[in-house]
Amino acid sequence: MADKFGILAKFDTPADIMHAAEKVRDAGFKRWDVITPFPIHGMDGAMGLKRSWVPRFTIVGGTTGFITGMSMIFFTNAFDYKILIGGKPLFSPYFAFPVSYELTILFSAFASIIGMFILNKLPMHYHSALKTEKVAEMSDDKFFLYIESEDPQYDDVKTRSFIEGLHPVEVSDMEK
Amino acid sequence: MAGASSHSQEVRPAILDEVNPVDIPRQACVDNNRSFNWITEKICGIIEEKTPTWWWVCFIIACATASFTFIGLGYLVVTGVGVWGLANPVNWGWAIVNFVFWIGIGHAGTLISAILCLLRQKWRTSINRAAEAMTIFAVVCAGLFPVFHVGRVWFALYPGYLFPFPNANGIWPNFRSALLWDVFAVSTYGTVSVLFWYIGLIPDFATVRDRAKTKFRKIAYGIVAMGWRGSNRHWSNYEMLYLILAGLSTPLVLSVHTIVSFDFAISLVPGWHTTIFPPYFVAGAIFSGFGMVITLMLPLRAIYGLQDLITQYHIDCMTKIILATGTMVGYAYGMEFFIAAYGANDFEIFAFVNRAFGNYAWAYWIMISCNVISPQFFWFKSIRENTTLVWVISLFVNVGMWFERFVITVTSLSRDFLPSSWGYYSPTVVDIFTYLGTFGLFSVLFLLFLRFVPLMAMAEIKAVTPQADPHHAHTHKAGSGDYVNN
Repeated sequence: MADKFGILAKFDTPADIMHAAEKVRDAGFKRWDVITPFPIHGMDGAMGLKRSWVPRFTIVGGTTGFITGMSMIFFTNAFDYKILIGGKPLFSPYFAFPVSYELTILFSAFASIIGMFILNKLPMHYHSALKTEKVAEMSDDKFFLYIESEDPQYDDVKTRSFIEGLHPVEVSDMEK
Repeated sequence: MAGASSHSQEVRPAILDEVNPVDIPRQACVDNNRSFNWITEKICGIIEEKTPTWWWVCFIIACATASFTFIGLGYLVVTGVGVWGLANPVNWGWAIVNFVFWIGIGHAGTLISAILCLLRQKWRTSINRAAEAMTIFAVVCAGLFPVFHVGRVWFALYPGYLFPFPNANGIWPNFRSALLWDVFAVSTYGTVSVLFWYIGLIPDFATVRDRAKTKFRKIAYGIVAMGWRGSNRHWSNYEMLYLILAGLSTPLVLSVHTIVSFDFAISLVPGWHTTIFPPYFVAGAIFSGFGMVITLMLPLRAIYGLQDLITQYHIDCMTKIILATGTMVGYAYGMEFFIAAYGANDFEIFAFVNRAFGNYAWAYWIMISCNVISPQFFWFKSIRENTTLVWVISLFVNVGMWFERFVITVTSLSRDFLPSSWGYYSPTVVDIFTYLGTFGLFSVLFLLFLRFVPLMAMAEIKAVTPQADPHHAHTHKAGSGDYVNN
C-alpha cells in the first residue's frame, strides 16, 4: 500500500476534532494534520504546534524598511544632490520620519506575507487532501484529520483502528 | 505540548484560574442559529447564481457615469489643467477636496478590518470584506486626482515626478514636503489594503474553488486560492499573519489621514495652520467611511436577504460609531473657533468668522447640519431600527463630509491675508463631471466585486458563531444538528 497518502477521518463538530487531535498528538504521531473550514480556537495547543514564526519575518522587514527610508532620504537630499531649503538642515530624522514610518509598515507587510507563504509552503496546488471527493466539505462545514503513511509510527492496520477509536463519522483512504 | 502547559500551571498557579470573570452575554453575530453550511450556501450563492438583471442595469449606468471621469480627464490631458476652475487665489479646488473625500471614505474599511480586529469586535466579520473592497476602490478614485492634477500625467507614471528618482535636472524630490509624505502614505495605504484584503480572501476563494462546477471556475479560483486547503498548520501561521497585518494597518490608517491633514496644517494659511488637524481629520475620515459602509451595505442586505448576517446589532454598532465620530467632528469645529478666539490672531479669527458668515457660509451650514446635527438622531433606538432613515442619514453624512473638505480648502484660500487678492472660486463643468464620474468608477468596481468575490468573509463568520467554539457542545449539549440549514 505504498501508493496510499494516508488515512482520513471526518468529524462533525469542532469539539470532536479537537479531542481527536489531542489523542493523535499524545500518541506521538509526527506527520499528520487537521483540516478545518475556519481556524478553531485552541487547536494549535491540541495539535502541539509551536508559536508561529511569521513575526520574525515582520521584524526583519520592518527594520529593513525603516533603514531604507532614512538612508534613501539622507542619500537623496543630503548627499547626492544637496537641497538647501529655507535654511533647514540637509538631513534630520524628524522630516525623514513620516516617509520612513510608511516604508517600515510597507516592508513589514510584504515580509510577513512572504513569510506566511514560505512557512506554509504555498502556493501548492497539488495536495492529496485536494484530491478527495470530500474537498467541498473540507472548506464548508466538516472537520477532517489525517495521518500520513510516511509517519514513522504508521502501520496500515494499527493506525486505522487507532483512528476508528477516535469516533469519527467516516474513515477513508487518501490516494497519493 | 499539553504536558508543557499543565507543567507551567503547577509551577506558577495562574490567578485567573481561581477567578471566574462575569460572563457578559454577547450579542449574536449571526441570527436564527444558522449552520456553517447555510453561511457557505448564502455567500457563495451570490456569486454562483446567474447574473441578475438589476446587476446589468446598474453596471451599464455605472459604466456610463464612469465615462464622465474619463472624458473629463482626457480633456484635461489634451488641453491643460486650466480646464479645472483653479485660479488665483484659490489654487486648490475640487481636486484636493475630492481626493481627501475619497481617501476618507476608505478609512472605515481599514478601521473595521484592522482596529476592530485588534479590539476583538466580532461584529466586524460580516462587513469587513465589503468595507475593505470599498477602501481599495475609494483609494483608486482618490488617486486619480493627484495623478492628473499635474497635467502631464506621463510624468506621474514616469519615475521622476512623484517617486525618488532624479528628474530632468537631476534634482531629487524634497522630502521636507508634506505632499511627498502624502505620496508615500497613500501608496503604502493602497498597497497594504490590497494585501490585507487578498490575504483575508484566500480561504474563501478556496471554498469557492472546492464548490466550482466548471473547469474554468476551478482553475481561476484555484489560482487565486493559492492551493489553500484549510490545514491547521497553515491556519496557525495565517492567523498570526492576520493579526500582524491588523497591527500594521492600525498605525498606518491613523498616519495616512494625519499626513493628509499635514498637507494643510504645515502651511501658514489661516484656518489650515492648526494642530487639531490630524485627530480631527482621522475622526472625520472614520465618520465618512462608516457613512459609506451603511450606504452600500443596507441595499445589499435587502437585495440578497442578508438580514441574518448583517443584523440589527451590526447596524446599531455602526450608527453608534457614526454618532461618536460625528460628535467628535462637531467638537473639532467648535474647538477651531475657540482656539482662533483664544489665540487672538486677527487673521485666524477672521478666517473662522468668514467661514460661518462669509461668502461660503452656505457651504459651512450644509456641513454643520449634515455632520453635526444629522448623526444626533442616532441617539434614538427607534431611528437606529428604521433602516430607511439610517440609510438617508448615511447619505447626509457623505454629503456633509464632502462639504467639510470644500469648506476647509476653499474658504481659507479665497480670503487669505491681503484683501486685494481675495477671490471667489467656482468649479467648471469639467470639475463637476470628473467628480460625478468617480462615483460611476467606484460603482463599476464594486459591482464587479459583488459578482466575482465572496461578499463576506465566510471563514471568519463561521468562526464567530456559537457552534464554532469547541467547548460549546459540552456546555449546551447541542450538536451541530440544532443549527438550521434552510
